[in-house]
Amino acid sequence: MPESKTQVTYTRKDFTSDQAVRWCPGCGDYAILAQTQKIFPDLGRKKEEFVFISGIGCSSRFPYYMDTYGFHTIHGRAAAVASGVKIARPDLSVWVVTGDGDGLSIGGNHTIHLMRRNLDMNVMLFNNRIYGLTKGQYSPTSEVGKVTKSTPMGSLDIPFNPLSLALGAGSTFVARTIDKETKHLQEMIKESYAHRGTSFLEIYQNCNIFNDGAFAPLTDRDTKSDTVLWLEDGKPLTFGAEKPKGIRLDGNKPEVVELGDKWGEDDLLVHDKTDYVIASLLANMTYLPEFPDPIGVFYSIQSPTYEDMLTEQIGHAIKNKPKASVKDLLNSGDTWTVK
Amino acid sequence: MSKTTQELQEAVIRFAGDSGDGMQLTGGRFTETTAVFGNDLSTLPDFPAEIRAPAGSLAGVSAFQIKFSSKDIHTPGDAPNVLVAMNPAALKVHQQDVAPGGTIICNTNAFTPKNLKLAGYESNPLEDKTLEDYYTVYSIEMGKIVATACEDLNMPSKSVERTKNFFALGLLFWIYDRPTQPTKDWLAIKFAKKPELVEANVRAMDAGYNYGETTEIFTTRYTVNKANLPAGKYRNVVGNYALSLGLAAAAEKSKLELFLGSYPITPASDILHTLSAWKHLGIKTFQAEDEIAGVTAALGAAFSGSLAITTTSGPGIALKGEALGLAIISELPLVVINVQRGGPSTGLPTKTEQSDLLQALYGRNGEAPMPVITSSTPGDCFYVAYEACRIAVKYMTPVMMLTDGYLANGSEPWQIPKLSDLKDIKVKFANKSSKVDDQYMPYLREKKTLARPWALPGTTGLEHRIGGLEKEDVTGNVSYDPENHHHMVETRAKKVANISSEFDKTEIYGKKSGDVLILAWGGTRGACRSAAESLINDGCKVGYVHLRWINPLPDDLGEILIKYKNVLIPEINFGQLIKVIRSEYLVDAKGLNQVYGKPISAADIQDEAKKLIG
Repeated sequence: MPESKTQVTYTRKDFTSDQAVRWCPGCGDYAILAQTQKIFPDLGRKKEEFVFISGIGCSSRFPYYMDTYGFHTIHGRAAAVASGVKIARPDLSVWVVTGDGDGLSIGGNHTIHLMRRNLDMNVMLFNNRIYGLTKGQYSPTSEVGKVTKSTPMGSLDIPFNPLSLALGAGSTFVARTIDKETKHLQEMIKESYAHRGTSFLEIYQNCNIFNDGAFAPLTDRDTKSDTVLWLEDGKPLTFGAEKPKGIRLDGNKPEVVELGDKWGEDDLLVHDKTDYVIASLLANMTYLPEFPDPIGVFYSIQSPTYEDMLTEQIGHAIKNKPKASVKDLLNSGDTWTVK
Repeated sequence: MSKTTQELQEAVIRFAGDSGDGMQLTGGRFTETTAVFGNDLSTLPDFPAEIRAPAGSLAGVSAFQIKFSSKDIHTPGDAPNVLVAMNPAALKVHQQDVAPGGTIICNTNAFTPKNLKLAGYESNPLEDKTLEDYYTVYSIEMGKIVATACEDLNMPSKSVERTKNFFALGLLFWIYDRPTQPTKDWLAIKFAKKPELVEANVRAMDAGYNYGETTEIFTTRYTVNKANLPAGKYRNVVGNYALSLGLAAAAEKSKLELFLGSYPITPASDILHTLSAWKHLGIKTFQAEDEIAGVTAALGAAFSGSLAITTTSGPGIALKGEALGLAIISELPLVVINVQRGGPSTGLPTKTEQSDLLQALYGRNGEAPMPVITSSTPGDCFYVAYEACRIAVKYMTPVMMLTDGYLANGSEPWQIPKLSDLKDIKVKFANKSSKVDDQYMPYLREKKTLARPWALPGTTGLEHRIGGLEKEDVTGNVSYDPENHHHMVETRAKKVANISSEFDKTEIYGKKSGDVLILAWGGTRGACRSAAESLINDGCKVGYVHLRWINPLPDDLGEILIKYKNVLIPEINFGQLIKVIRSEYLVDAKGLNQVYGKPISAADIQDEAKKLIG
């Protein structure tokens, strides 16, 4: 269903509710909220058509602060509630705000099924690699050996890679950004919105209380040029400040090469956001120390949405049986009259 | 030998065989024919949880019982007059239930040494004459007869063998003087693309009918005359189908879009199947990834303005518990249907039980009042589903509807309701009038019902947030204020209690005061009603009240209870309604509690009542 263009010009204030924001001072969530409120006027859609759905966790307080329709639900179930909203009302712009615990642990099942259905909605997964609201236990994205209150001798389980999971579940739009990269964050929100189908946006978010500095190498001025691989569609994969580097394929295996006498840009892998194999290679780099961490749109393809196909089925059924009513059903099958 | 015809008031027959023998289908066809013929009837399908247990095993026996009558009846009967046993296992499982002097019809071709051994018989009961002291036994080579009848059809012998249930059906049609034509018409549609199957089944059925007519073994056939039902147009209806119709009717009357979020589970799945086939009415069904997604997606649809439903059985309700708490605190309309089955855990998935009542009432964290409505016959499922929707929307609350496996799969002749006779469902979405100082107030309540307004996303100026955190009344802002929390807990409870103002005066069948009040709910209605009728005919001072709503209870129930010396509460559980009645009214009620996976018999209720009378 085409969205209705707004005639009103909104400002950031129009998307700011009257509720006091209650995250810890210094939390990365503030930046994400601010960028969302800033960019939403640019989407050009009536604000009453936006619905924010969340589960439980620090990130899930998000809907209370957006002056749109919102539903703060129960732990892990935002994706399922949102699916009901979108199927019932394809005319709405539906946003799921979730975290690494909410969306990948207790709600992992709903997350994967949302993506394989490809409902046209936007998932913002705040990944801080820790449980904040319950005060500091390790999360499904914490690194192995993470020492927390519940893992005093270090965590044992291997972390999820959210983007590999999204790709594996059939997501049609997979991207990553960082809370501190405000312009890029805005850009990614805009691209998520523009994509028809389920958009999965992972946002690296710093929890300054329980996991401070988890993404510092990616955000510190001194290191980020060598640790972040900015993805641009159609461009070779390059990074590095002093020594320009790039990613090339050695057979099927990616490797980091220094650009210079031996290798030039022509030898590098060129990003193609419609290529599932490239997206998978990039997603896989996250936990490999020899590679930079890719940021940007990994994957974006067009595929029919669940709600469009359902609308079509219903339309087809109505066309075949026009003017049907419950009365017809009541009187169907063998009937008889008692006088 | 000439055939005689005997007139009966009622008959109970049971088809039993292997899961693969088509007993449910055979029973279904006999039921449809009998319904159109004009008898009152009640049915009880009884099938195993395994889709195909090993052939010939006791675990794999599937049965279908029907009672039909020229009078008004309320139960599928206890002891069958005729048992059709398609194999030794079916005979072994069901023989003991047959009324003394009853008839047993067996397919002797299935009485092979292997099948006899699987059923635990040391010798062939058809040959050692052990049955004949108690029953009239007809041993018929059904397999062989259908093979001969279909000889020239060039069909694989296995396919021909599978028509033997139609032989049995044809024979029963002859015995009870019913027409075969409706089933022939039905077969022609059912197997329209496989004419050879139509032909084979028709031949098998005719062979069975003619077997009764021509062989000299059967000397008597029976007639059961039309029942004297109230005037009107009728159809036969199965509980889950009636329930689906009730939901569709509520959607049409309220002009809301129907949304079902569900996950397949026995014995509720047929509601999902039925509604999924009604897309031409604009109904949206969503087969979710799990039970929790089923209810939460429905809740999302409710938030968005749909008439939202979730269907399941007891294990599913356990999983949905947290989401039901969210529905209660966010005060959204949601109809939750529990088609109860035997528990705990996976329990007895295909057998009936009433053991989820306390779960429905109390199975959530916190003070979470849930309106609970129950259906009492297959046809009643229509009205109860409709009423659940009406109340959910009017009071902005989830409503739990309890039905059970017996009602879900059982059927009865049903007078087709007129939609215009049903109470209206008025929906008024929030508008500017729910605003104070230009601010929308999501918890600004309607004075009489205490319902909060329902604001459709997409409506300009009504943007608001709701959720599972406690909210301040009126404004809907998150609030941790102790006074407000106490007030909100109280308000949610009051809102549910207010629903009793919708109820008609409680109906008492039989004596208005006396020795025993039979108090029941749900699918025991038929048995209780029959028991009460017999007791009253025997001169006992007995009354009978059937509860539709368990939360809230009717306002006049307390004054009814004290008019009897005893209160007897029969339930297919270990005493659940009785706990509620005892604690609400301080009445020393007595329970009759059986959990055999099947309906309580009228006879047991009668016995128990007589014991109380002394």
